[in-house]
Amino acid sequence: MITAGIDMGSRSVKVVLLEQIKVEGAKEPSFAVKKAHLMMPGDLDADQAAEKAFDTALAEAGVSRDQVKSVFATGAGRGQVAFATEGVTEMTAGARGAVFMYPQARTVVDVGAEEGRGIKTDSDGKAVDFAGNEKCAAGAGSFAEAMSRALQLSLKEFGEASLKSDKSIPMNAQCTVFAESEVVSLIHSSTPKEDIAKAVLDAVASRVCAMVRRVGIEGNVVLIGGMGHNPGFVQSLKNAMDVEEVLLPELPEFVSALGCALIAAERVH
Amino acid sequence: MNAEVAAATAAPEKKEFWRWQENTWFDETKNWKDAKIITCGIDVGSVSSQAVLVCDGELFGYNSMRTGNNSPDSAKNALQGIMDKIGMKLEDINYVVGTGYGRVNVPFAHKAITEIACHARGANYMGGNKVRTILDMGGQDCKAIHCDDKGKVTNFLMNDKCAAGTGRGMEVISDLMQIPIAELGPRSFDVDVEPEAVSSICVVFAKSEALALLKAGYTKNKVIAAYCQAMAERVVSLLERIGVEEGFFITGGIAKNPGVVKRIEKLLGIKQLETKIDSQIAGALGAALFGYTLMQKQAAK
Repeated sequence: MITAGIDMGSRSVKVVLLEQIKVEGAKEPSFAVKKAHLMMPGDLDADQAAEKAFDTALAEAGVSRDQVKSVFATGAGRGQVAFATEGVTEMTAGARGAVFMYPQARTVVDVGAEEGRGIKTDSDGKAVDFAGNEKCAAGAGSFAEAMSRALQLSLKEFGEASLKSDKSIPMNAQCTVFAESEVVSLIHSSTPKEDIAKAVLDAVASRVCAMVRRVGIEGNVVLIGGMGHNPGFVQSLKNAMDVEEVLLPELPEFVSALGCALIAAERVH
Repeated sequence: MNAEVAAATAAPEKKEFWRWQENTWFDETKNWKDAKIITCGIDVGSVSSQAVLVCDGELFGYNSMRTGNNSPDSAKNALQGIMDKIGMKLEDINYVVGTGYGRVNVPFAHKAITEIACHARGANYMGGNKVRTILDMGGQDCKAIHCDDKGKVTNFLMNDKCAAGTGRGMEVISDLMQIPIAELGPRSFDVDVEPEAVSSICVVFAKSEALALLKAGYTKNKVIAAYCQAMAERVVSLLERIGVEEGFFITGGIAKNPGVVKRIEKLLGIKQLETKIDSQIAGALGAALFGYTLMQKQAAK
């Protein structure tokens, strides 16, 4: 049986096709990720982007639409996925996906383009509590993105630069718009780019950490969402949360789509 | 995809739609050489810098221009812009007061005074001594000020932590829509039905929301109207925290945007006091008037 999970984020659409496979002697059903596909909506409308991302994933996996038993959608734009059977919240999908990948994880930190949140989960991957930013972009990827633009660094260079610094410069501005001016004035005062990059990522991490603390940091921590690709942020988050290890999936932005596909498979039965 | 969405999402050539035009004005019916005391106020704001000349306690002229990346230069250029036009030299000015966030960086100022005090004083001159509640909407902050009949500050509240409700938010929308900032206000009334306000508070989120509205088929004017309404609601909540007394007056760059001002008036149910003077110079005007008072006190000693 194949199911699909579609995560309609504010910046990108993630699709995971999941196949349930039978393993001899196993009690629990086993799953194989057939295909993951990411697409930036760019100039596409949300529903068009979802269609296109889904079709691309199907084509790459060599699966026809009829073979997909159920499609579940998550993310801020989940209501716009016309062909989805059902929608689940980002918290539900994120927790499910994270615990599937790391059964020992109990705290899920999800940092995407426009949202950051901390989720507390049980051993079944069921979200029991969460706290997030909804009003302000300061604890999310677009904050880091705006600052990397001001520093004229690619997101990759930005993360790597931050790792080269051991300075702790406090950022006074919390607002993304104001922080951009602050970064520019740091540039003008000849502060090395590495130090500014670290200051920015420390600031995002401390905001995210404050949200996670509201639900409590418990057990193993897993980081999901696109910001997981930024090694500087991962380091800053570790420091801010004062934990030795943050579990990091190879494709952190797909974890919620994966969780969504898993929930779809479980609900079919 | 409609043309407006294409225009907003495509990477446009680097054009800045958000900048106000620079301008200079002076009272041609008067000659500054006749004045006994000439004072100057310089407001170095985050976006624009203003230099105002006051002759014997009366507004004589001003120059408004963009703040550069150097406060002392911005202050100097703003003043030079008006002095050159009227043939005045720095030695002709008796007293200079600096204000605004860059006030400590006005090299030739005799004194620096906070913009809150200066805006209240300037509003008192512009709107008359009936002014009690002042809303100053600047480039990167927003203040609600209470003052007495002399223009003396009695209380104030400010929002300087978040760009929502400041000029910066309007600048972002102006660039996104690719419409010069001065046109936003008038265009916001060119809608059949007044739309719901943009729901996001954060400027970053509001920008995404505005794009989504365009994609959903809103016209540019309708998006602008929704944003003006959001801004009005935002600043009214700040005003309500301090309380609105009769004698309402708006200063700062956003006061030039009728799309926001008219909506604030509607939400509050009161009209602001009228003036013919450019609201953006309120801070610098107040600073120059403070300079005049100080000179008078010195002369009296």
